[in-house]
Amino acid sequence: MPSFSRIRALAEKEVFHILRDSRTLVIIFLMPLLQLIIFGYAMNMEIRQVPLLVDDLAMNSSSRALVDAFVNTDYFQLVPKEAGTLQPDELFRERRAQASLSIPKDFGASEHRVLLRIDASDPNSAQMIQNYALGIVNSTGIQTDAGIDLRAQILYNPDLKSSFFFVPGLIALILVMVCALLTSISISREKEMGTMEQILVSPVSATEILFGKVIPYLVLGLLDALIILAVGMLLFQVPFRGDFSVFLLFTFLYVLTSLCLGLLVSTVAKTQQAAMMMALGMTLLPTLLLSGYMFPISSMPVILQKLTYIIPASYYLQIIRGIMLKGNNIAQLYQAGLSLLGMSVLMLIVAARRFKLRLS
Amino acid sequence: MIHTSHLVKQFGSFKAVDEINLEIGRGEIFGFLGANGAGKTTTIRMLCGLLKPSSGEIRIDNLDIIKHSEQIKHKLGYMSQKFSLYPDLKAIENLQFYAGIYRVSFEPALKRLEPILEQFGLSSILKTLTQDLPMGYKQRLSLVAALMHDPPLVFLDEPTSGVDPQARREFWQVINDLAQSGKTIIVSTHFMDEAEYCHRVIIMQDGREVALGNPAELKQEYGSANMQELFLKVLGVSDAKL
Repeated sequence: MPSFSRIRALAEKEVFHILRDSRTLVIIFLMPLLQLIIFGYAMNMEIRQVPLLVDDLAMNSSSRALVDAFVNTDYFQLVPKEAGTLQPDELFRERRAQASLSIPKDFGASEHRVLLRIDASDPNSAQMIQNYALGIVNSTGIQTDAGIDLRAQILYNPDLKSSFFFVPGLIALILVMVCALLTSISISREKEMGTMEQILVSPVSATEILFGKVIPYLVLGLLDALIILAVGMLLFQVPFRGDFSVFLLFTFLYVLTSLCLGLLVSTVAKTQQAAMMMALGMTLLPTLLLSGYMFPISSMPVILQKLTYIIPASYYLQIIRGIMLKGNNIAQLYQAGLSLLGMSVLMLIVAARRFKLRLS
Repeated sequence: MIHTSHLVKQFGSFKAVDEINLEIGRGEIFGFLGANGAGKTTTIRMLCGLLKPSSGEIRIDNLDIIKHSEQIKHKLGYMSQKFSLYPDLKAIENLQFYAGIYRVSFEPALKRLEPILEQFGLSSILKTLTQDLPMGYKQRLSLVAALMHDPPLVFLDEPTSGVDPQARREFWQVINDLAQSGKTIIVSTHFMDEAEYCHRVIIMQDGREVALGNPAELKQEYGSANMQELFLKVLGVSDAKL
């Protein structure tokens, strides 16, 4: 039977390490904030202030209404007049314009067609510029020559703000990285320093060692989650539509899973450096690529889809997106939660086994 | 207190410990001597349960070390070769931690160890961060930590390496007192003068026993003036045999 008092002794000692070691504090607080800010702004997939060249040959009320519609959004910005003497192609090449709008002479009367030319050297941006432009044109009530009148209704994120998509994802990514790093580094550090040996000669069991490591970091991990959530909401205006206690409950499970992943790493890695590499390797890319963060799981090949089942973040992404954007409740998330719990227990058992093996 | 028979530890094809038979009594100071790689540390690590023997038997207090490892762990204190207290904990916090993992109440344990703390000059530095202590103090603190749960059996693996002669003498004074109070002390060292403090020593080479006995008797047997000479002679003889 694991002894509570021994676990407490181990956990208390860990708290001293955390409070006195600046490196741990950096991992816990600084790293997540930097990641959130860097990833957050770098992965911003919105288009803002696209320099737009307007060639208005009509100069009537209709054409002005159209141009105003473009300029009144945050998406487009008129290229200053003096640049207008250059040919559109030259402006594109010099990157002074990313799109040009040509309005023919009789626009609004006999002519209803306008020409939008877009610099597609970055196809993603071009695609988005086209969508924005179509949206603007549609909203003015002026007909375009598209044959189909498509009206999509976009749920949960009507403005298609990419922050809605990446902030929950970043919470998942940062938490798994930080938590796996914390436990794996802290155990491998004890191995490196020789203090683990001193614990191993004592009657402390593998389970007690593991619990003594997990409990303090569980608190830290949750604290971290709250910080990331708060900063994400403040900086990127992501809504939080669900229940906070549901968020805490499921985040607790996810943090636990991530910490256990770190424990598992520490049973293999002999040095802090090896532990760090392994913990990052097992969390960063798999979470980015295979959790459904960047690419939808449904569009992956079947084999990769199967692989996503062992990525903790694939469950947590359903959970966190569900809570923040859709206001999901426990009943709608319990399956993902149970999967996380199952993974934690399994990893804890394997880690304890491997720990005992090292003893004998 | 300790009984081993045909103790062997093999790492791959390398025999680190080869057929060691020991009988160590209560209250004895028993020394392991030998060059680096002679098998001292490996033997000690097996005796305190950190390594599993490849073959042979270890009994401590008549209990088999594999079958009764839980019980035995409460009986032994261990101070490893490498300094292994937490540098970022205060001296007293390290002691508290060891009391905690052995489930003994801290205050009474500290009170019991007060004479040793005084003797070691540790009482005044208990609030200091362990990393700020000089090496000699760290060694002494390690010993006190290993004694928190009052174990009848104490393993000291090269406890005095890197410590000045004066501090070493004081250290041995405490070890002597501990043995007198009935504790069994197992110590490994490569300082030959320290071997004189031991009641019995085993001299090891290539994992095997080359001499075993009381230092004074061994010196007489080999006609050596001191332990250093004895040591070289013993190993020289065994070299000739090879």
